[in-house]
Amino acid sequence: MNLARREPRWSVALSVLLALVLQALPLPTWLEAVRPSFVGIVVIYWAIYAPHAGGIFAPWLAGLGLDVFKGDVLGQNALAIVLVAYITMSLHQRLRNQTLIQQSLFVYFMLTLNEAVVWIIEGWTQHSISSPWRWIQPMIGAMLWPFVAMMVGRTHVRT
Amino acid sequence: MAVFGSGGSRSFGGRGPSFGFRFFCYALLCVVLMFYDRKGGWLDTARYGLQAAVYPLQLAVNSPSAAWRWMKESFTTREALQKEVDQLRNELRDQRLMTLRQAALESENATLRGLSTALPEVIEKRLIGEVINVEVSTLRQRLLVNRGGNSGVHKAQPVITGEGVLGQVFRIGPFSSEIILITDSEHALPVQVLRSGVRSIALGTGRATALELPYVPQNYDVKVGDVLVTSGLDGVFPFGLPVARITKVERDPTQPLAQIYAAPLARIEADREVLFIWARPGHPAAPASTEALVVEEPKPAAPAKPVRKPEPQPTPAPAPRETAPAATPGAETTPAPAGRETAPPAEVPTP
Repeated sequence: MNLARREPRWSVALSVLLALVLQALPLPTWLEAVRPSFVGIVVIYWAIYAPHAGGIFAPWLAGLGLDVFKGDVLGQNALAIVLVAYITMSLHQRLRNQTLIQQSLFVYFMLTLNEAVVWIIEGWTQHSISSPWRWIQPMIGAMLWPFVAMMVGRTHVRT
Repeated sequence: MAVFGSGGSRSFGGRGPSFGFRFFCYALLCVVLMFYDRKGGWLDTARYGLQAAVYPLQLAVNSPSAAWRWMKESFTTREALQKEVDQLRNELRDQRLMTLRQAALESENATLRGLSTALPEVIEKRLIGEVINVEVSTLRQRLLVNRGGNSGVHKAQPVITGEGVLGQVFRIGPFSSEIILITDSEHALPVQVLRSGVRSIALGTGRATALELPYVPQNYDVKVGDVLVTSGLDGVFPFGLPVARITKVERDPTQPLAQIYAAPLARIEADREVLFIWARPGHPAAPASTEALVVEEPKPAAPAKPVRKPEPQPTPAPAPRETAPAATPGAETTPAPAGRETAPPAEVPTP
């Protein structure tokens, strides 16, 4: 591995910021219910293709931003995202060799894990509501994965 | 094209700490943050600053819809405007008729109470805020409003619209504040039926059109169409602000409590403006001070915090006072706290 390789840090920062904006964009209620975790998808992408660019710090910061934005308990989304990033990073070499469809399945499990962690923490800190939409959002996210991966993939040279 | 900027090579050359270790550190940091955020304290000030940092982003995110509204407003036709003016004129005339005898009634009320002059209005000060973002989902019913600590807004401040109670300030930043609506599933509001004086708690359901009154016994006098007003027992809202109208009363003979639903009077979609209000301290209709309630309660009761934490126990609501029509705490001749002490504060959710 070429250590002097340039890491796509700007792409990471911009795409994460864009994901945050997408996450915060006001939407009609029916669309809101199926909005997947864009931050989760982007974080998984960078964890697979450039695990050293953002490290775990970028996902953590994105999660914290999400907490402030949504008015959740500080650290709730951050913990979930950091967990997702860590698991993805430890499997990134295997995931790189998979097709986009295979990756989609992995993304689905990771986004579900993300939701589950948030749900559990909500249950501890306030009372959580388990709406069925919650568990549909990861499916939508997994469906969007190939498109997001292709789009973000154009911003940097894959190695 | 490799990067947009001079991303540069990794400065920490090679490995650095492993992912596992770093993950552990960040996870620990998250847990510590969560713990202190729940506990409140110094993290509140940090949060205050963070709200300010996020505010520009929130504004930017909401600018498309704001621009769309502006566009729509600037392209309204003359006829539409004329129609609106006519409608407003009619409304104004009706309102004037309604308030025509207000002064006479007020002085009459003062005489009945044995006061020398009529009481001033309970709302001492008000501030108009503009809604930036509306979040209405089953998980959360919140508003983001463009007034914050710099305008004197404080936590747990009542927020109303022209129609009725909207919610209260949940979190503030310097330039913005987050408002929890009464329909949020984490909100509970002590209310009173205007007609019969029955007191209860209105819980949010997570739906914008429904409140639930789960702690009213079967035989209490509540009917469909009754108007609910704030009872002032929560220490947040002044007495007598309209809240909701009863839409459904279900009496199942096998259950001790009736199932009652109400529709909130304040609408958020219609007008993009809300009112922050300050109650006049010492006024009979001002929110009950926590001391007044504690003195009356034999066991030390925590002050009513409408943002409920645990599930409040289904305490029996006070007996309906049919003998005193529209029995109100403010109607007694005694000053504010004493007047309210006649009401058993059993319906205050004790955390």
